[in-house]
Amino acid sequence: MSRIVFFISEAFRALRRSAAPSIAAIVTIVVTTMLLGVLIPVLHASESKTQDVREQIGLRVFLFQDASPDEIKKLEGQIENIGHVESADFISKKEAVKILEGRVSGDLQKSIGELHGNPLPPSFNIKLDDPDNINAVRNDLEPAGQSGKPEPISPIIEEVNDARQESNQIRQVTGAVKVVLGVIAVLLLVASLLLVANTIRLSIYARRREVEVMRLVGATNWFIRWPFMIEGVLVGLAGAMIAVGILILGKVTIVDPLAESFALVDNFSTVGFAPLVIVLIASAVLVSALGSGFTLRRFLRI
Amino acid sequence: MALLGTSRRRDRAGAKPRRRGGRERAPSSDHRPPIVELREATVVYPGGHVGLERVSLEVERGEFAFVVGPTGCGKSTLIKTLIREVDAASGKVLIAGRDIQRISSSKVPLLRRRVGTVFQDFKLLPNRNVYDNVAYALQVIGEPRSEIRRKVPEILRLVGLQAKIHNYPDQLSGGEQQRVSIARAFVNHPPLLLADEPTGNLDPVTSIGIMQLLYRINRTGTTVLVVTHDRDLVDKMRRRVIALEEGRLVRDQASGLYHEESTSEFAMRMRAEMGVGDEGHTNGDPAT
Repeated sequence: MSRIVFFISEAFRALRRSAAPSIAAIVTIVVTTMLLGVLIPVLHASESKTQDVREQIGLRVFLFQDASPDEIKKLEGQIENIGHVESADFISKKEAVKILEGRVSGDLQKSIGELHGNPLPPSFNIKLDDPDNINAVRNDLEPAGQSGKPEPISPIIEEVNDARQESNQIRQVTGAVKVVLGVIAVLLLVASLLLVANTIRLSIYARRREVEVMRLVGATNWFIRWPFMIEGVLVGLAGAMIAVGILILGKVTIVDPLAESFALVDNFSTVGFAPLVIVLIASAVLVSALGSGFTLRRFLRI
Repeated sequence: MALLGTSRRRDRAGAKPRRRGGRERAPSSDHRPPIVELREATVVYPGGHVGLERVSLEVERGEFAFVVGPTGCGKSTLIKTLIREVDAASGKVLIAGRDIQRISSSKVPLLRRRVGTVFQDFKLLPNRNVYDNVAYALQVIGEPRSEIRRKVPEILRLVGLQAKIHNYPDQLSGGEQQRVSIARAFVNHPPLLLADEPTGNLDPVTSIGIMQLLYRINRTGTTVLVVTHDRDLVDKMRRRVIALEEGRLVRDQASGLYHEESTSEFAMRMRAEMGVGDEGHTNGDPAT
């Protein structure tokens, strides 16, 4: 117990007596934590937007105009039983018109009203669990018949539309975006770690003589290491707290007002602020403390 | 550990330090092994430089011995070997009968707590004051705070630094820093005290003060081994001299002029022989 008190007081003594390296370490941690605090939500939002786009890839199954409700019901059951199908939404003729009206405007919208009857077919909108399974689902909807030509699983299916061209492009682009985002995230993490590790190295290197003397006076490695690690915890905590303070300030003054006036910003589904803050503080403390402990190893071999 | 040292100190305080040469040894009443024993010890530095070459020697408990020789002769290597700062390539290095080459590296700190070491460059912790520097040696062995509060001022009185207890190392003179270093090495009352060029950076007057202090420590029963290249000082001390040259032991002899004297007699004689005046701050008679 008295030993713990001793280690903590040693850590505070080190912070007090070698203020310059400690401040450098704290500043580094503030900068990297802020960087991560801003970029993690941005990356996450981009990633989830990409995912949204991918999820819109689906199949449209157009039915014949004269399909009866019973047949439609039966087909819905069949479709939902196909593997990889997440959901199948039925869109009636009326709904199709509404959707069309929502998409067009002006003269075109008027002309829809002038149509005699409703030319739009009823259809199913099939959502997939993963856009990459689109071909498998399509094959299940239209398995190859005896002649080798695809034959729909139901007589009421007029056409299965998978917008092959577009969906393939979307898949490629979003796939590339995902990879790029991943690479950026990894680079960012590595850069932050190296930056913090380097600063810690410098601050310990400045005190390597001291460590040597402690060894020569008969201190065990852990006796020397604990104060350094507690110091690392304190430095990490201080740095992360300052960074989080700035992030909260930024959120309240910049992001929140924007989110109120622009639905767009609000729509981004991103990581919650509280979990983000907790993760940032915890990792800053962990990296700083472990970094101190590991760096010290080199000087404990005397 | 400290207890062991203390009891040994009491043993010795009454007994007369043995009068002996390197080879002709008076029959000993206690059968404890010599405090330092090297058997054909060889130290080779990375790069091939030979620090010690087949050196064999023994230092008995309670002795005061000098290790002399020109720069690069292996004097400091000897000290470093004794606290396992460097490893012997072959041969044996025994401290109190224990082969220190065979203790695991995690036990090395325990060895260093039993061997006080004084360095030429003092090796004080720069961001601690005098009190905390000395206290550190007690903190590493887990001494309770009440003991530290008692022992540190006591040892600082012994080295004559009670007035500078709150000063930081950069506020002290070289001689004062060396006294702190000695206080730190001796505060545990280790059975063996090694001093690597303790007067190397100091003027003659201050050097005598330091030697007087080491002599006083020796008279409490602690074995003192002093490495120096100051032949003049060694000649005047009239103690056992171990001479090294290029890593080899070339001479090991006791001074025929040796005689028992008190610390103050010792200091007076030294000053007279070296032709320097009173140091200014005498520490009076030995406290122990």
